[in-house]
Parts: sequence; structure tokens; C-alpha cells
Amino acid sequence: MHPFTYTRISDTREAINAGRRGGRYIAGGTTLVDLMRETVEHPETLVDISRLPLREITATERGGLRIGALVTMSQAAAHPKVRTLFPVVSEALELSASAQLRNMASIGGNIMQRTRCTYFRDVSADCNKRDPGSGCAARDGYNRTHAILGTSDSCVATHPSDVAVAFAALEASVHLLGSDGERRVPFADFLLKPGDTPRREQAIRQGELITSVEIPALPRPLKSGYLKVRDRQSYEFALTSAAVALHVGGGVIRDAKVAAGGVGTVPWKLAAVERALIGRRPSDALWTAAAEQAADGARPLTHNRFKAELLKRTVERQLRIVGGTK
Amino acid sequence: MSTELPESNVPPPTGAGESSPAPTRRTFIATSTAVGGAVVAGAVIGGTSLLDPEEATAAEGPPSSRVSLTVNGTHRTVTIDNRTSLLDLLREHLGLTGSKKGCNAGACGACTMLVDGHRVNACLTLAVRLEGTEVTTIEGLADGAELHPLQQAFIDQDAFQCGYCTPGQIVSGVGCIQEGHTGSPEEIREWMSGNICRCGCYVKIVRAVEQTAGRK
Repeated sequence: MHPFTYTRISDTREAINAGRRGGRYIAGGTTLVDLMRETVEHPETLVDISRLPLREITATERGGLRIGALVTMSQAAAHPKVRTLFPVVSEALELSASAQLRNMASIGGNIMQRTRCTYFRDVSADCNKRDPGSGCAARDGYNRTHAILGTSDSCVATHPSDVAVAFAALEASVHLLGSDGERRVPFADFLLKPGDTPRREQAIRQGELITSVEIPALPRPLKSGYLKVRDRQSYEFALTSAAVALHVGGGVIRDAKVAAGGVGTVPWKLAAVERALIGRRPSDALWTAAAEQAADGARPLTHNRFKAELLKRTVERQLRIVGGTK
Repeated sequence: MSTELPESNVPPPTGAGESSPAPTRRTFIATSTAVGGAVVAGAVIGGTSLLDPEEATAAEGPPSSRVSLTVNGTHRTVTIDNRTSLLDLLREHLGLTGSKKGCNAGACGACTMLVDGHRVNACLTLAVRLEGTEVTTIEGLADGAELHPLQQAFIDQDAFQCGYCTPGQIVSGVGCIQEGHTGSPEEIREWMSGNICRCGCYVKIVRAVEQTAGRK
């Protein structure tokens, strides 16, 4: 680990000033400390934001939720409003990492976390995300866990977060505070596909701070849930996952929110699947037909061809779990 | 060669340098190998005592900070290299070697401690961030000569073989029980999944947690 100076700041404005001067924010630290130890990350200054007043979970006017950036994963997962309004969020959180890590990691840090691509984490390997222009060792390397959607010639790394998949499905937005004031970025625009610039991963500016993630109000009743498929039962990243939320009225699906994880360079919103569901009556045949479109546009690599089929089955199964059958 | 190395003079372990080890046999051999005996010998002369971490001082060298925290009920003030993890602070500076370093990457749980009552991975926790916190390690669970019920349960259930993961398992189990995630063996397994046991004692570990949670 490279040496760094450390400063703890308890005022949000001061934190933003320190961030603008080049300080690196640290919240839970579960990703950053790990990557600093691997020398993938080597910030000169750590700005400890963990004591900023960003720990509230508040209901918004029409039935949405605003989750403060420093709420821990375990706090968010256990919160009664999260559990009752958006089970998909609490399930995604509780299927992530371990109890210890969930006690440390924050919601803001979770969506800022960096890929688990082994070549990104290995400073001796070529990686355009870590060292722009050096190449991508994963493309011709062992790429079983890598992405099949949203990839580019430069990068095929997945985004590892589970709750970000739920946020993407629910069309959440990220509240950011900078020296120019507050702005709000739709989740779909916050995490960036690699393109030619895989180093740039989020639409966040120098010194900006995530203050909260807001989940919008959705028509009720809403059933939702998260399914994660992985190599071992627990404490593992997703091979595939599906976040599903369905609003059924009068026996017809009026609204559908679906996204997939483990397969994309960013959480992958499945708009075609949503369109195939809306206006139809729940049935096993519908789940199968809609899920058939889940892997549209997939570009598998040498070792992850199985992911396209696994993704379809994951989505189909989760549609059935959430939507039931008639 | 019996006193502690002053922090500022301790050469970092090869390639890392995130802790300033006291002179255990292991670290002495490691540093001697890494930088040569002469440097180490020179450093020892100015050493401070392992038993007086309050006297530990920082001089020129990597950025360091002073932090005060409570460890197993004892107030401690130390000055440490900012890179020092909570795990290394306790193991290498405060002589509390019960917590183990397995992966040093948050992937095994051997270093699990309670910080302000919540179980965390001490290897991923920078000690400098812990000002004012209360830390509980495996050494802090027993009440004098009386073992914590979960420690006793691990003995009763024969819930370990090599024992390396056991301190982390027990501290994590204490957290799991406090959190109330002990409703079934399946629930215990899920909420204890952050602790890997390479001997594969999971069945008995689950029984020990069940026993302590009052289900048996």
C-alpha cells in the first residue's frame, strides 16, 4: 500500500472542498482499502466522509424512498420501509457479500465499487480500466465471469453490485452535491459503459459527493424480488441475477421493472422484457416468452457462453417467483 | 534483541508496508530477509516497549496519525502509520494475536472483530478511522476465567479442527446471535457465510451457534 495522508471531515461542504483539491473519499472502505493494498488504487489523500450526516432513510411524498449515501448495506436491508416498499432492494443487499462487509459498506460506496475482474486487480496484467491503452487481458484470457452485454473492445468487466441492479430496475436516481450545488442523475446515466474510456466508470465530477439514492414512487400494489445465481450458495458475486418488480391490476400486468446483474458492464436494464410483459396476463408462457429476450445483443466470450442461456432462465424463474402463475 | 522496533524505523514488509510490526520471531525474520540484518539491528537500539503503545511515536516517514480507541474495555492511544489495518494494530502493536490474518482481503472472516458492537472485517478497516470506537476481539469475550457461552459451545460441539478460523467464527457468531439471525440452521449458515472454514467444520459451527442462541 502506498503512503497517504488522512483527514476526517464532518461537514459536507468541507468534504466537497477537500474532494475538489484531489482528496479521495472513503466511506465503508471495503473496496478502496482492498484495492489500495493491491496498489490498484493509490490515493495521496483519504478524506474520511463516514461521519457526514448522510445516514437517513426518508419516505418521499408519493411513496418513494431516499436512502442516504452513508446508510450501511445492513441498515438499508433491515429498514422496515425498504423491506415493505421495495423487497427487491433488501433482498439484493442481503444476497451481497457477507454480514461483516454489509456492516461496513455504504450505499453510496456500493454503487461506486469497482469491478472484480481479476485482471483489473492484478497490477501485472494489461487492463485498460486500470492503465488506459495497455490492452485487455480478459478478452483472450480466462473470462468465464465476465460480461456479455455492454462490452467494448477495451473492456469486458462486469459491475459487481447487486443493489445497483435493483436500483437500475426501479429507475432510481443518484443525488450528487458539488461546489456548484446539487444535481440528480438517473441511475441509467450514472454508471457508464466502458466504450473507449473504461477508466471512467461513473458520471460523477471531481469533488462531487453522492448524498443519496432515490427510488421513485411506483404504482401499488407492487411485488418485487431479487434472484442471484452464483458458483456457491452465499458470499459470492453473481454469475447472473435478476431484479423484478411487477404491478398487476385487474389481472393484467400494468407495470414491469426488470434488470439483470452479473452479465453487463453496468447493471443491465431489460427494456424488451418489460415491454413484453406490460398489458399481458401473468402466465408461465408469458414468463418464458418475455425472458427469451433477456440476452438480446449478447456478445459472449470464450468461457462465458453459458451466461446467455443462464440469464434467460434466471429472468424466467424470477418472473415466476414474483408474478406467480395462473 | 528483545525490545520493540520504533515504528518509524521499521522497514515495511515486502511490497506492502501497511503495518509497523513489533519484533515477533516472524517479523524479525521477514524484515531481516527483506532488508538485511544491519538495518534491523540499528533500529532495535532505539526501540520502545511493546507494552506501552502510548509511548509509540512517529518521526519522519510515512504519514501517521494518533488515534484513541477502546480495545476490550481498555483505553488505548497509539500513533500509527495511516496504512495500518485494525487487524495489524491489534496483532502487531497491541499484542492481541487471537484474531487471525487469513486472506487480508475481506474474503475469509478470520479477522472478524466487533466495532461498536457490529461485526466487521478488521483487515479492511483502517485503524486511523476508529477514533472513539469500542473494539471487541476474541480476547475480550471471556469474563475472567469464564468462557463466553459461544466459546464454550465451540468446545462442547467440537466445532473446529485446525482452529485458525475459530476466533473469527466465534466473534462473528456473537454478532450473528446479537443480530437475531439464528432462526434455523439455514439462516445461521447464510448469516455466517462470511467466515470460511477450510477444515469444513460448518455443521458443528452451526450447532455451536444454535446452542448459544438457546435453540438447544
